[in-house]
Amino acid sequence: MPDQTNRIIKGREIVADDWTVLRPAEGEDAATIAVPDGKVIVPLATWQAQKDTLSTRPAIGVWLASSERPEELKGELDKFAVVAVDFPKFTDGRGYSIAYNLRMRLAYTGELRAIGDVLRDQLFQMKRCGFDAYATRPDRSIEDALKGLTVFSETYQASVDDQRPLFRRHARVATAAEHKDVGAGI
Amino acid sequence: MYQYDQYDHLIVRERIAQYRDQVQRRIAGELTEEEFLPLRLQNGLYMQRHAYMLRIAVPYGLLASKQMRMFAHIARKYDRGYGHFTTRQNIQFNWVELEQTPDILADLASVEMHAIQTSGNCIRNVTADEFAGVAADEIVDPRPYAEVLRQWSTFHPEFIALPRKFKVAINGALEDRAAIAVHDIGLTAVKNEAGEIGFKVMVGGGMGRTPILGSVIREFLPREHLLTYTEAIMRVYNQYGRRDNKYKARIKILLKAIGVEEFARQVEEEWADLKGNAETLTLEEMERIIAYFQPHAYATLPAIDPLADHADNKAFANWLKRNVKPHKVPGYAAVVLSLKKTGVPPGDATAEQMDFMADLADRYSFGELRVTHEQNIVLADVEQRQLFQLWQEAKAHGLATPNIGLLTDMICCPGGDFCSLANAKSIPIAAAIAERFDHIDFLHDIGDLELNMSGCINACGHHHVGHIGILGVDKDGSEWYQVSIGGAQGNQSAIGKIIGPSFSAQQMPEVIDRLLQVYLRERTPEERFVDTAQRLGIAPFKEFVYATPIETAGRLVGEDEYA
Ligand code: HEM
Ligand code: SF4
Repeated sequence: MPDQTNRIIKGREIVADDWTVLRPAEGEDAATIAVPDGKVIVPLATWQAQKDTLSTRPAIGVWLASSERPEELKGELDKFAVVAVDFPKFTDGRGYSIAYNLRMRLAYTGELRAIGDVLRDQLFQMKRCGFDAYATRPDRSIEDALKGLTVFSETYQASVDDQRPLFRRHARVATAAEHKDVGAGI
Repeated sequence: MYQYDQYDHLIVRERIAQYRDQVQRRIAGELTEEEFLPLRLQNGLYMQRHAYMLRIAVPYGLLASKQMRMFAHIARKYDRGYGHFTTRQNIQFNWVELEQTPDILADLASVEMHAIQTSGNCIRNVTADEFAGVAADEIVDPRPYAEVLRQWSTFHPEFIALPRKFKVAINGALEDRAAIAVHDIGLTAVKNEAGEIGFKVMVGGGMGRTPILGSVIREFLPREHLLTYTEAIMRVYNQYGRRDNKYKARIKILLKAIGVEEFARQVEEEWADLKGNAETLTLEEMERIIAYFQPHAYATLPAIDPLADHADNKAFANWLKRNVKPHKVPGYAAVVLSLKKTGVPPGDATAEQMDFMADLADRYSFGELRVTHEQNIVLADVEQRQLFQLWQEAKAHGLATPNIGLLTDMICCPGGDFCSLANAKSIPIAAAIAERFDHIDFLHDIGDLELNMSGCINACGHHHVGHIGILGVDKDGSEWYQVSIGGAQGNQSAIGKIIGPSFSAQQMPEVIDRLLQVYLRERTPEERFVDTAQRLGIAPFKEFVYATPIETAGRLVGEDEYA
């Protein structure tokens, strides 16, 4: 297995990444936990507790747990170079709604990164909900995961990636060839 | 009915490629079973007791004859010659091989079908009234709206990993024939004072271990807002629905926890941001979809009495009375083909029967069929003058049992014979009860009676809303049955009440017999079983059923036959 600790998918490419995600251990206090130097993505609680010092740093990111609300970051989003959303399990879909609201409600335009249990078969929907960076699970091939971004070439509904549903993107014409009765009234 | 255009075809084709690749990765060990599980479930593939089971989507129950023929083909080629129509208006095949499932999907795609979102924690196949478009009490045909919802929910990127499965039912008529009160979202068409059409929105119904009827959160939603409002509900649920305990993860539990008013407030707040956005339905899009559901080219016919020429044919009369339903166009009728012949698991049909039903549809009903949530098949547009001929043919293929709405027209899940979650068998109990009451005059005298049976608390057989509900329970490793009465679906939906300690399999036919005796003794001339049960409460039934010991000896009819 190639070493992927410092690689993520950004946009549609695999790139080197020098950010560190700070994941506090059980019982560690958000207010007192030491935030290492360099580019660090801190938990929401740590950001909130240490805002004064953290906001003076040149590069800081924040991550949300799937149970947290993006509205907590209202008015502060321009302070972050990265906002990440954690997927504690690939079956936990809350992160998709968090991403949607970050983009659509809070108009966040910076890097939105999926972290945690991020696997190939989720990338397509993640992209649609507004993610543009993916720290895929390190025990799986990141080259392989890249294929997950290009599964479908058309979609029915609107989301962040395209805010027009299919019926507004294309003129869909009723294909009634086989249906002799269309239009025949009673 | 709806026809795929290039986009529908493309999406289904790309889905097959995606799924085929997932299956290959699973077989190659690149995906663990844990990782594969939600992927295969989103494609309706379960692991049952003996084999994989594939559930195929029949959107709102509507089928073309060529689609029904495809089921026959699948039954023959990939399964054991039969399929099972379900309470969610779908079909499932019980004996498929994992390796073959991508090929089944490819075959299905050739007739515009798929298995997308028939399972898993996503928005499931939308269900609707099986008499849509032909019922006289219809405010609006619900199928175009069900189709709009089908497309919108297909691979919705945000709602693909919900806390739990999510079921939407839609009804367009005055009478609810879609069981909307027991769905996560139940929509029913209404007209406001200005004559505009909209939907009354009910949320939080469901069965399972906590049966709850839905609550109305909006009396009138203008129909163009159908998608944005549904999206608002879904987003609130996706974020706040419980995920720590799968039994408490349905939207009904969220509603109960925070209250209907608070839930409705959150939905309205979420909706305020969405209302009027690009997902708002356009007149053009609605017209495009509605065009697919135009009434058929009906002939101008006089309304007739189909019995007139067959006055002394009692069997035909019985069938007309139970299996033939009114149609809004004079000279036409809707026919229910019964999949509830004694000795056959409710909802099962053989490949031959499927082919035959497709033929009937072509010859008598504009090539269309519908699957009902009671697990029968409807031919919705039959000329009254052809009913006798149709009946004779259907009878010859075991599809004309005159029991629609009667005791033997049971809803019954596959239970312990197939399902790995079952606590008890259900098919042999259904068979034993059908055998015991295999007397048509008696059944007709009892009249409308919905008997619903589930092999476990998951309630796939809708036992909570059965006039009589039977639930398989496990007591110290053996199979027992709990009985409830007074449940109902439809406009007067109710959850049944349990009458007391559970019974053994062998006791069940006698238990039903005793319940019926109380009913026959107490009923007023107009009352159905459920009316008597609701009027009197459980006390007199309970008293009589438990008063004297119930025979337990003897082998259960049908036992061992479906293993
Ligand atoms: C392999 C076989 C099956 C499995 C493993 C299965 C699994 C389940 C589970 C786990 C639930 C409970 C969901 C909850 O917590 O609410 C459920 C409910 C349900 N299933 Fe099935 N099922 C199977 C077959 C069927 C069949 C054959 C039908 C229809 C005949 C069906 C229709 C339903 C319905 C209507 C519910 C009730 C959901 C509600 O409204 O609360 N299922 N099923
Ligand atoms: S009710 Fe239980 S036994 Fe019956 S099909 Fe559903 S999960 Fe299986």
